[in-house]
Amino acid sequence: MSSVSRRATVGGGVGSRWTLRVLGLGFLALLLVAPLVMIFFKTFEDGLMPPLEAITSENGLHALKLSLITVVIAVPLNTIFGVACALLLVRHKWKGNVVIDAVINLPFALSPIVIGLALYLLYATNGGWFGPTLEDIGVQVLFAVPGMVLACIFVSLPFVVRETVPVLQEIGTEQEQAASTLGASGWQTFWRVTLPAIRWGVAYGVVLTTARVLGEFGAVTIVSGSIAGQTETLPLFVSKEFERFNDPGAYGASVLLALLALTTLLAMNLLKRKEDA
Amino acid sequence: MGISVEGANKSFGDFQALDDVSIEVPDGSLTALLGPSGSGKSTLLRAIAGLEDLDGGHVLIDGQDVSKKPTQKREVGFVFQHYAAFKHMTVFENVGFGLKIRKWDKAKISARVHELLDLVQLPGLADRYPSQLSGGQRQRMALARALAVEPQVLLLDEPFGALDAKVRKDLRTWLRRLHEEMHVTTIFVTHDQEEAMDVAGQLVVMNEGRVEQSGTADELYEQPANEFVMSFVGEVNRLGDDFVRPHDMEVVREADSRTVEGMVQRIVALGFEIRAEFVLGDGTEVWAQLTRNELQRLELREGEIAYLRPAQAKSFNGSSPDHPPEASTPQGPRDEGDAERSAAV
Repeated sequence: MSSVSRRATVGGGVGSRWTLRVLGLGFLALLLVAPLVMIFFKTFEDGLMPPLEAITSENGLHALKLSLITVVIAVPLNTIFGVACALLLVRHKWKGNVVIDAVINLPFALSPIVIGLALYLLYATNGGWFGPTLEDIGVQVLFAVPGMVLACIFVSLPFVVRETVPVLQEIGTEQEQAASTLGASGWQTFWRVTLPAIRWGVAYGVVLTTARVLGEFGAVTIVSGSIAGQTETLPLFVSKEFERFNDPGAYGASVLLALLALTTLLAMNLLKRKEDA
Repeated sequence: MGISVEGANKSFGDFQALDDVSIEVPDGSLTALLGPSGSGKSTLLRAIAGLEDLDGGHVLIDGQDVSKKPTQKREVGFVFQHYAAFKHMTVFENVGFGLKIRKWDKAKISARVHELLDLVQLPGLADRYPSQLSGGQRQRMALARALAVEPQVLLLDEPFGALDAKVRKDLRTWLRRLHEEMHVTTIFVTHDQEEAMDVAGQLVVMNEGRVEQSGTADELYEQPANEFVMSFVGEVNRLGDDFVRPHDMEVVREADSRTVEGMVQRIVALGFEIRAEFVLGDGTEVWAQLTRNELQRLELREGEIAYLRPAQAKSFNGSSPDHPPEASTPQGPRDEGDAERSAAV
């Protein structure tokens, strides 16, 4: 009886499996791959030089540098915060966790432009809560790197937490308890046992955070003022060049962004494969 | 190093896991904490290790109150039911973990780890990862890891609980021998009375967060302090207020003043041992353990009437512990009440 019914499902499954495959791949091809291919195609339509020149222009290079700076500051901060926050949520149960858990998701729920506007209002030198005080001690947040980094941190904050929490739950506490019975302090246990056990969750969170920081547009537009050669990151550069009908610049920068994101993903996959081998 | 626990209390919310528990574990002994799940035995073991904070009471190791010491300063070796192997480390790194924490130099760690791997019969597996070991090998690795730091006491939490029956039996023989060689004070938790009696010299029977009785296997079996211990450390029949071990249930073909009438319900041959199941006049089901020879002599058949005479019985209702049971069959209504009570437990 069971073998008959199993064969029936397998037989019926072939048709539906192919339908699913075609649907899934078609959807991906149409909505994800086609636009990317189009960008690559358009970029190199007139050869390698026009996009390369656009990117290596003064403003293009500055945009690239600024994008990398935001990544270098925002990603480590969000990684440390994310792991600490995940430990708090999973290992130290208390009533405040419900609040933290809800607030952590806020950046996912809010439109980046709203986040940008909120930061703008908070740090505005006229009438913002923090703006005037910071201006008095000589720190400029808006239309400068600090504001852009703040915006990037805000929008990419949940990734490491969200990727780390399930892994922490899965590994359980026994390995950590075993470490403590063997004489390891809390700090030693974290570095030698907990962190190695959750490293792939954290790494995946880092990759997603990096990609998000690199690509952030809405929130950064508002707080940076998008001043060419000063507060322009790569996505802002793309947008500006596109508006100026400078297609090679817009496409070239887009491809550069895509390559940076792909490199991040690839690096993690290679690391992981090496680890598994 | 002897271990004592004095007046330990611990609750998880409304659940009282430990209720004024005190135990004494002599230096160098191998003691089993025995009880059903939820009896508090694991909580007690974890409290000794400092993995659980007590709400009240004290833990003393070698006379020193360690109740306020964190786990890493208590110098206990702990073995978990599910091994708690460090999955990202090799067997060598797992066993050497505690030594690395103590900043031993590499050559000394290597020598000690290989000595321990020989002791737990895992030589040549130093470079494997835990995922490449069988359950029994993983647990021996965990034991080597715990022993590496020369703990004052060794605590094992259902160490063989996740292993299959054959491996479990091998490992417990092996643990007993290991203890004979090492003489480190050892406490191990189990819900399996046979395992406890096989391995441990000293047993502590726990139930509902309390210690019911402690003593040697013989003491618990021969002089159980109460109904719970009697039924937990061996098979038992209930005849009214009396408790009778199946091997103390004599079967005869002729009634006298001390026998109870019963009908043979089923005869199960378990090799040389025979399990004869009876139903009494009031519906109580009891069984007698017979030898094959006895069965042949009695010529018992299923459906026949025979007479049961408890050679030895115990009652825990305040009367003397050993006495010949009453001749009469227990009264129906009272026994129904008992059945209800035991069903509710």
